[in-house]
Formats: sequence, structure tokens, C-alpha cells
Amino acid sequence: MTNLLDVENLTVEFPTRTGPFEAVRDISFSLGRERLGIVGESGSGKSITGRSILRLIRPPGILKANRIALEGTDLQTLSEKQMRDVRGHKISMIMQDPTVSLNPVMKIGDQICEAYRLHAKASKAEARAKTLAMLEAVLIRDPERVFNAYPHEMSGGMGQRIMIAMMLIPDPQILIADEPTSALDVTVQKEVLEIMDKLVRERGMGLIFISHDLNVVSTFCDRVLIMYSGRIVETCRADALHEAKHPYTRGLLNSLPQLEHPVDRLQVLQRDDAWREAASVSGAVKVGAAVKSGKAV
Amino acid sequence: MSDPAPDTAAAADPAADKRSNRGGGPASSTSPPSAMAKQSWRDWLNDDAPKSRRQAKLAAWYRAWGELRANPMAMFGFYILVALVLIAWTAPLIAPHDPFDQDLAARLRPPGSAGYLLGSDSLGRDILSRLIYGSRITLYIVALVALLAPVVGLFVGTAAGYLGGWLDVVLMRITDIFLAFPRLILALAFVSALGAGIENAVLAIVLTAWPPYARIARAETLTIRNADYIHAIKLQGASALRIITRHIWPLCISSLVIRVTLDMAGIILTAAGLGFLGLGAQPPSPEWGAMISAGRKFILDHWWVATMPGLAIFTVSLAFNLLGDGLRDVLDPKKNSK
Amino acid sequence: MSAQNEIRLEHLDVWFGSGHARVDAVKDASFTVPRGDSFGLVGESGSGKSTILRAITGLAPSWSGNIAVQGKPLRGKARTKEFYAAVQMVFQDPYASLHPRQTIDHVLSEALHLHSFDRPDERIVQILDDVGLAQSFRFRYPHQLSGGQRQRVAIARALIIEPSILLLDEPTSALDVSVQAEILNLLTDLRAQRGLTFLMVSHDLAVVGHMCSRIAVMNLGAIVEMLNVADMRALKADHPYTRQLLDASVQRRRVG
Repeated sequence: MTNLLDVENLTVEFPTRTGPFEAVRDISFSLGRERLGIVGESGSGKSITGRSILRLIRPPGILKANRIALEGTDLQTLSEKQMRDVRGHKISMIMQDPTVSLNPVMKIGDQICEAYRLHAKASKAEARAKTLAMLEAVLIRDPERVFNAYPHEMSGGMGQRIMIAMMLIPDPQILIADEPTSALDVTVQKEVLEIMDKLVRERGMGLIFISHDLNVVSTFCDRVLIMYSGRIVETCRADALHEAKHPYTRGLLNSLPQLEHPVDRLQVLQRDDAWREAASVSGAVKVGAAVKSGKAV
Repeated sequence: MSDPAPDTAAAADPAADKRSNRGGGPASSTSPPSAMAKQSWRDWLNDDAPKSRRQAKLAAWYRAWGELRANPMAMFGFYILVALVLIAWTAPLIAPHDPFDQDLAARLRPPGSAGYLLGSDSLGRDILSRLIYGSRITLYIVALVALLAPVVGLFVGTAAGYLGGWLDVVLMRITDIFLAFPRLILALAFVSALGAGIENAVLAIVLTAWPPYARIARAETLTIRNADYIHAIKLQGASALRIITRHIWPLCISSLVIRVTLDMAGIILTAAGLGFLGLGAQPPSPEWGAMISAGRKFILDHWWVATMPGLAIFTVSLAFNLLGDGLRDVLDPKKNSK
Repeated sequence: MSAQNEIRLEHLDVWFGSGHARVDAVKDASFTVPRGDSFGLVGESGSGKSTILRAITGLAPSWSGNIAVQGKPLRGKARTKEFYAAVQMVFQDPYASLHPRQTIDHVLSEALHLHSFDRPDERIVQILDDVGLAQSFRFRYPHQLSGGQRQRVAIARALIIEPSILLLDEPTSALDVSVQAEILNLLTDLRAQRGLTFLMVSHDLAVVGHMCSRIAVMNLGAIVEMLNVADMRALKADHPYTRQLLDASVQRRRVG
């Protein structure tokens, strides 16, 4: 048994007028059948990490890695055609804004059916049944109505549920969720996350959850990588995030205002240039250990 | 969260907030390094922290120029147009003959004959010299139209878009009326009413050319007027006139410049068409369209008389189109906004 | 001009469209903000909290009821020069609230010009210092700045004409938490230094709890409850919706 995903020495570079800019610098991590959180501020490279797994770095960006292996197969050796099969079929991705991922002039149901039939050679009736079941699984009360609706008729929370349904219908092994709930209200956010969490766990998938929100990540993940300036500065168990040691993580936690613990001035994160120079911490876990930490929660 | 476009490297790095806040960059001179080497000029223009308004503005221009220079096709068009301006400027110096000088003994000489590089026309005038002088007329028409039509369109479009209400309705219906006329026919009607001549041809072209600019300016204004930065300046108490002229125009101008450059070819062709129909520049004048018209009679036996000015029109039109395409890439207002 | 209350709202209704298409964004909202106070409006998206700010500033299409700023009643969408000199606003998205083709210097000089301030150079140098931006930023364009730096510029633009009331529309929701802390501290300091009155809109109870002394909770266009910050911190709320919001906020905190 191997890890679902192994990433070794990933670097992503963008050329700029002042020389190459390394958005992600030499990071390694692995993913088992667990929920892995990647947190960091904007510009920390967390989203780019998510995209590089799917090889979605657009030129002039350059992706370099020793290995990006999905169950032992290095994705870098695949052709673009094989890669298309991986995207969606084996690894799915949910973005922050569902409206840009959905075709505005196509019925929601048809879009999900199409996503399904692209990967599974199913008949139209089968696809429809499967789609309705999937819409029900994301707790949409009236799947028939939503099936025949257009994306603009949906609220943000509904849109994100539909995206989850669409991304999970081909039964991928890994789901990458890039800030899936940042645009939603707090109350809706919780519902959507719970739906996603339940489905991912039931299906024994691996989840990479990219977020800037430390609290959300610590609730919905097993393990967390903390990124700063393109590097992993710390990795820890999600439920132990509040005991994190790295001054950056501590600074992030402390800079949040707290309702029950009022302060006159918020603590401001004092950045240290040494953080960006320090070598990346490895986020890889031995196969056995990954499973264990997954069960520990 | 977003694509890490290289240009946002500074913005994408939250640490930049602190690092460069207090320390202040290494102090460099506040005036342009006048007598210094070329290298330091470039540094001055590329400085991330300009020291004066002038430097900031020049640096922005320099950056746009650098981008344009990276586009070989646009630069090709740009060089042709620079050459055209130089030719028009130095016409008396470089033209081998007087463009009006007739020599009936040397009529309809083919290209390459002695003294007539591009041949001569039915009255024995040197076609090359006429083309060289004709470039002045072409530039004159182009410059006048480019100055007038977009300005009218900008006024009408931004006023309609920003002020809205009945003014918008009235202005845009007038625009629609002008748009509904076939361009050349309307120009013909104007010229026949006002009399033939270059100025009247220009006027006719302007009258038919402004409505698309008004539409573009209005569409841009409609998206801009609801932007937070326009709300912000409104909350500072700026008048509608000031908002339109100082805050909306600068954003509309780039799309208009692109459109004008792309339309230039059409304008040259319309002017040439009017000349061809005998409603633009009048006979002895070496306007390119009129030259084609004059050469039409000989097109079967003496192809060069009509072909040479045709090639000139083609080259200049192509140059404008290439440059316009390049400018679109450089000036696109949507590019820097995110 | 007894300006006990800097802002006074009575039975404010704001709506968009008319007839069948009419959408009531704010329903019967009333509150007062005394001078020097900091008042918070909390609610989820679509609750009408930002619309109240827009009605005050004259950006909302149609409203009824009474709004008075510094004792002077407002009408329609037109606002006087004195209003603009007294009331300024900081917008939510620092990426959208700065003109893309204007340098920081241009933005600030324009504000000074509109209110006929003297010594523009001195004032620009001073305000950049006040909001914690180095002078080297003065001639940069917005796209050369980070989100936090842009928001500092937006605050500088609002404060350079020395208003007494600052309307804050989710000023930190587009920023990273560490930058949020910096901006909130900056706003706290500036309020203390200049004796400003704040009217702040946010979806984040913790942020409003940190910044404001009195809070109005909005849901579906109506103010459902008003409470002071002590009650909110003690989680004493009467309305079920307020309790739901408080629960969601505190629950998130406990884990972290």
C-alpha cells in the first residue's frame, strides 16, 4: 500500500522583470486517505501548490518537481491527454467561486450529467439518476428543481453544493478544495463544509483543503501544513494547531480578534526574514503513519 | 487565491508591507540623472519607488513602450508609420521630381525607367514624387479625423453613460441615427452639400466616424461609474464634470486609442474612396485615392498608375492595424486592474 | 447645531426597483451614533447593512425616513460640500477602490484640491506617515501595492480632508488576518488621535466586537437587536438570530 499522493521537492517559478520569482520553493508532502489542510496567507503559494498537482500552472510559470506521484505513477510523465483523464476522474478540484466554474447557459443537471458521462460510459438515463442521487447527497432538498435550473438562479451556498456534487460524481480519489467556502456566510459555510466532509469520509477519499482560515482548517482536517512565502514552515495535527510552535503560526493565531477575550490592541505579526530563508519542513508522512494520524481524529 | 501574475509579486507578498514600510529605500537622487550613462536612465525609469510625479508618469510610459517593443509585428507597423511621417516631413528633399510637373513626352513610363522609379502617369508626372507628397495629405486627413471623431465620441459617450437618464436616451438615439446611415453614402451627401475638397471630406468622415466611439465610451463608462473608486471620488465632493473629465476619461482613452488605430485603415480607405469618386482631394493634388481614380482608365495597359498608390494605401493601412493590435495588448485597461 | 448625535437614522427604508420588482433592502431601521462613538452593523450578506451606508452617502437609489448627520437632515441623493467634508468612507475591496491609473500622490492631491486645502505637499507627507506608509510609496500606482498597503491608502484618502465621521464598509474582509490586525489597530489609533466617529459594517462579530461599543444586528433588511459590546462579549443576546451568529462565531474560536 502506498500513499495516494506523494509530492517531492516541488518548485514553481514565475519569471518577472527582476528575475525569477519562486512562488513555491522546494516543498515535499504526502497525502493518504486523510484530510490535509494547507493554510497560509495570500501569496504564500498554497493555491499554486494545489494547481501544480493537477499540472495547471500556465506558462510562463515553470513547474519543477522530483516526483508528483498519484498512487505511485508520476503525473509528470503523463501526456496532456492522460492528464485530462486524471483531472476530474481521479483528482477533482473545487474553486472558491462556483459561478466561474459553471456554464451560465446550461442547465445544472445537464452539466453534472456531462461531467459524469465524460468519465463513465453511462446512458443518459443512468447519468440522470446518478446526478439526482448526487444532488440529494449534498442535501439539496428538491433535486428535480435544481436539475432543471440555471446557475444564476442559485445562491452562493447552493452553487458550492452543486460544485461538490459535480466534482464528486466521477468518484475521484482525491479532492482538492481551494478556499471552497471563503465567499460564503458563516452559517452557510458550516453546512457546506459538513456536507463535503461527510462525503469525503464516506468515500475514503483524500482531501486537500486549501484555506486562509486557521479555525476552519483545524475543525475539518486531520493534518495541517502551514505555508509561508512558498515554503512549508510547520506541519502539525489539526487538533493540535493551537499548540503550534512556529512564530508565524502563533502570530496568525494571535492576530485574530476574539469576542470573549477583548484586548485594546491586536497583536501584530512580526515577520522574520529568517522564515523565508529557512528550509522547508517536509509534510510527507510514512505510509503507516499517515493512516494512523487519519484515524486518530 | 489568484493567479500569481509576475507583476503582482510585490502585492502577493504580505511581508512587503512591513519590510519596505519604515526603512525607506536607499536614497537616490531626486532629479533625473541628466548627464549619466544610459544604464542609469533605465534604472531611473524602472525604479519601483518613483520620487516625483514626472518620474512616475515617465516610468509608466516606459513600461508600456517596453511591452510594445516586445511585439515585433506592432513594431513593424510602428516603424512604417514613423517612416511615413519622416517622408511627409522631408518630401521636398527626397522627392526626385515636382509632383505637379507635367512632361507629356514621358507619359506612362513603366516602373524602373530612367528617372521614374515607380513609373509616370498619363500626364508624365513622377508617381514616386506624387506618392511622397501624397503622404502629407494622407497624414493630414488621418490626423484631423483622429483628433476630431474620438473626441466627439468621448464627450457624447461619457456624458451619456455617467449622467444617464433622459440625456442618455437622447444622446444615444442621436448616435443610433448616425449609425444607421451607410457610412460612405452619408459622407457623399455631406460632401455634395458642402462642396468637394479635403476639409469637407474630413468633416464628412468625422460625422460618420464618431458614433462607434461614443458607443465604446458609453459602455466603458457604464462599467466604470459603479466602481468603488468613482464612488470614493464622488464622496470627496467632486462634481460630475470633474469625475467625467479627470477620472473617467483617462480610463476610456486607452480603448479609444486602440479603436482609432484599428479604424485608421478604414478612414484612409474612406478618404481614398472619396478621392476616387472625385469628392475628396481635387485633381492636381496627389491624393492617393484620386491617383487610383486617375489611373483607372489605364488599368489594363498601364497597371502601375493605379497599383502604386494602391500599394501605398495598403501598406499604411496594414501598419495602422498592426500597431493597433499591439496597442491593444499594451493598453488594455482590464489588464492592470486586477 | 447641537451635534450630540453625529448620525441619526429614523425609520429608514431603502428599496431598489419599483412595482413588482421592488426589493426592500432596509426596513424601518433606526439608530443614533453619538459623537466620538463607534457603532457597528453586523449581518450576513444581503442583510442590508452596507445599504445603510449607501443611503447615508447618497449612493442608494431611493429611500424614505429621516437621516440626519451632525443635526442636518439629508434629502434624496444630493449631498452638500459640508457633508462630504464631514463624512468619509473606506470601502471593502482595496483592489477596487483605488483608481488604477492614478498614483497615490494623485489620489491624495485630488482630495485636497476638492476641499481647497493649503500646503498639499506637507499634508500628503504627514498623512502617509500617519497611516504607516513610507514616503517611497507616494508616487506608486495601486497595482504596485499589496492589499494592506492599498487599504492604508484608502484610509489616508478618507482622512486627509479631516472628516469627523468615518464610514467603514467591511474594511478588512478582503485582507489576511495578520494585515487585518494591523489595519484595525491603525483605525483604533486614528480614532483616538482625531476623535473620530465610526460607523462600521462587518459580517465578522469578532471584528465588530473589537472595534465598536454598540452593535446593531441586521437580518433580511431589519435591525433585529441592538446590544452593547459588554453584553455581546458575555454572549447575552435576546434574539435567536443574534444567538445563532454568536454561536457560530464562538464555536469557530474554541477550536482554534
